[in-house]
Amino acid sequence: MERIIKSTVLRELLRPLGQIVAFVLGTGVILSILMFLISLIANKSAASLALIERNGIDLFTYTLINLPQVLVDGMALGFVYAAIALGYTMVYGVLEFINFAHSEIFAMGAFIGVELLLALNAAEKLSNITVATAFGWLFVAILAGMAASGITAVLIERIAYRPLRGAERLVPLISAIGVSFFLQDAIRLTESLTSGQFHRIFPTFGNFDERVSVLSFNVASTQMILDIPIKSLVVIVVAILMLVGLNYLVNATKLGKAIRSVAQDRNTASLMGINVNFVISMTFLIGGSLGGAAGVLYALKFTRIDPFVGFMPGIKAFTAAVLGGIGNLTGALLGGIVLGMVENFAGAYLGVFTMGNFGVEYKDLISFLILILVLIFRPSGLLGEQVSQKA
Amino acid sequence: MAKPTQTNISSLLKPIWGWITKGITPYIILVVYLAISSFLVFNSPRSLPAFLMFVSSVVLLYYLPTKIWYKAVLGVLIIFVIIPIVGVRNIFYLEIIFQICVFAALALGLNILTGFTGLLSFGYIAFYAVGAYLWGFFGGQQMFLLHAIPGSAGPPGKFFLPADTFYLFLFLGFGLAFLVGILLGLPVLRVRGDYLTVVTLGFGEVIRLLATNMDKPLNLTNGPQGISPIQRPTLPEPLLQALRVVLNPIVGHEVTLNEFYNLFFYLLALAIAVVIIIVTVRLDDSKLGRAWIAIREDELAAASMGIPLVTTKLIAFAVAASFAGIMGVIFSASRMFVSPESFIFMQSIGVLTMVILGGLGSIPGVILGAAIVVIINLGILTDLSIYLGELRQSDKVIPIINFAWKNLSSQLDPAKYQRLVFGIILILMMIYRPNGILPAKRRARAIEEHFVELNNNNNEKEAENGAA
Repeated sequence: MERIIKSTVLRELLRPLGQIVAFVLGTGVILSILMFLISLIANKSAASLALIERNGIDLFTYTLINLPQVLVDGMALGFVYAAIALGYTMVYGVLEFINFAHSEIFAMGAFIGVELLLALNAAEKLSNITVATAFGWLFVAILAGMAASGITAVLIERIAYRPLRGAERLVPLISAIGVSFFLQDAIRLTESLTSGQFHRIFPTFGNFDERVSVLSFNVASTQMILDIPIKSLVVIVVAILMLVGLNYLVNATKLGKAIRSVAQDRNTASLMGINVNFVISMTFLIGGSLGGAAGVLYALKFTRIDPFVGFMPGIKAFTAAVLGGIGNLTGALLGGIVLGMVENFAGAYLGVFTMGNFGVEYKDLISFLILILVLIFRPSGLLGEQVSQKA
Repeated sequence: MAKPTQTNISSLLKPIWGWITKGITPYIILVVYLAISSFLVFNSPRSLPAFLMFVSSVVLLYYLPTKIWYKAVLGVLIIFVIIPIVGVRNIFYLEIIFQICVFAALALGLNILTGFTGLLSFGYIAFYAVGAYLWGFFGGQQMFLLHAIPGSAGPPGKFFLPADTFYLFLFLGFGLAFLVGILLGLPVLRVRGDYLTVVTLGFGEVIRLLATNMDKPLNLTNGPQGISPIQRPTLPEPLLQALRVVLNPIVGHEVTLNEFYNLFFYLLALAIAVVIIIVTVRLDDSKLGRAWIAIREDELAAASMGIPLVTTKLIAFAVAASFAGIMGVIFSASRMFVSPESFIFMQSIGVLTMVILGGLGSIPGVILGAAIVVIINLGILTDLSIYLGELRQSDKVIPIINFAWKNLSSQLDPAKYQRLVFGIILILMMIYRPNGILPAKRRARAIEEHFVELNNNNNEKEAENGAA
């Protein structure tokens, strides 16, 4: 008996790790091969010639040199998207509606985490500290962000969604967008009242801005360097831990079983003695706190946050959830990784390949196009089953 | 929950309403009320209460039972005499009324999509952008700057088309938006329910991002700075001279060209809004309108009754888009400027707020919703900002907590917190009054039935939820 329990635990911990590795490798390899093919085809084009004139390398070498950096950045971004996407997908799985306010739950976490660190910084707790302490404070900030976001999510559900349960399908959707707008300005109001401006800068402390040199060698007379910023590593590691933890929670605990059963059939679950309202609150708590942690990680990676910071990552994480198959936890993970990678590939190569005519600024557009195309041609996503949609 | 309070209020109001509407009383009330409010608005520059009183007199004109010729006379008087005089004297009022007309038209368009057909759209403002950029490109100097980097080249000093082609472009804007509506509608209609909402959001953002980024390789939209200047149609000088002779003594100052343009765009927007209202009312009662509502209520049943789903939905998209397109042309001409900032996601939700506030599917409700939201945005929030600004200048102190107004953060500027207002309106309306202030007649009947049903099986409600 004990052996079986142990093996379940082990399986539920190892399986998501395996999935993550497989998804990252798969997406990375496929996109890299695609990129190589394109660069080989375009190697004699005007874009390549322009590049040789400017930098002395052709398109193929350029692609090769930048590839490791692009992959690592894509991975970090992808994990942030995946962590947010899990919030969307869990709520969708249980309540079958899109929680538009999730992007502001994410922003809430980012702000609470950053405010905590700023307060510590003002109290001079963050200067001249050891690396371990720095990591400790970052961990505390992430926990604070998770708590704030989780509580916000539960409150939102209680106030704005629960009274509308059982109403027409569009009604909670409109309420959700209302909550989203309300929270944006509520954050902005609080932040600007306390300091006169509504954006916040992640304080510099510890060694998060340093870069670890992983490898460097020469390709065609150009040195190829892969150095990863420590903060990207932190983002990746924390996100993986969270994803594994969530997977364990949903697949191997009693609460997880309750969540899955409520997602499957709310009425029957309540007949089986499951407190449906409690489970839904817990779903919001878990999804929200994941979003909050992602918010702090996002702030760490991109440094500057403002009250509207949630919109773009939110809509992209939703794209990721849809891409993987909404309602499907593994799908959200896959979707996040794919989207993060694709976005970084587009950001890194689009400008060079089109000779600056279509630059980085089109990467948002690409996310939206992916969203639209997936919803139109395969609404069930990459991993989702064919579900009939209730109008 | 809502029912008892409603009956209470209506039973309270009934005797008053009966007294007001009897015999000659409404005629007298209207004239007196209108005269008082016009006088107040004329005399007090930028006074919001006076303006609200004036607007309420228009609402009263709509609701009080008088002979139709009487309403028509008063209406013409308001539109062509009172508003121009008051507006030119105080351009602030004219701006609000202009925006009410524009947004009423937009809200009516979205109402066809969301209220009649039940297709919730979060990207409606994209069609408005199409119209605005159409005239922005052809009515501006952009054709001569196609190969210039935005901001680097000086203005060419000449326009591509004569200013009066504006009238032609009203129709072109209508047509182009109609086509874009069909083009966007075609793929969008493959999805349903909340997925459709997200796809429309995506399309709305795609159009905005395109407007922001299409400054290279060809400089079509001039990027984030936007296109400026854009032409306005010419106004005949003799007419202006004649109008000046009449208007100058009344308003008490020399009427400038800009004020005439404000007047012109107000009348134009109003005329088009009226046409749109008539079209919407006629559509509501037509076979097509009933088909839309049938689709909203039950797609499957509608299809089995022989309603062609795709065509009917596409027409809804196209009609809704064309309303926005024509208003977009007017918008860019009246501002002489167009930039992606005007077409952000918040604007789509703003129009949605108007529709939800007034009542999904209810034509008078939607117009009222547009008026309320515009007045909140431009009037109440702006006035609050000004008031707070004055307090900040003063030496006043809040007594008990001993807080000096001077120390109030300058970031506390209510005019910038439209999202807060939209958000609160949307949440509260959804929870307490999902059918709006003035529910559509068909809906009102459904709500009554719903409440009867609700009282019958209140206890089973919790268990029934899962089935939805």
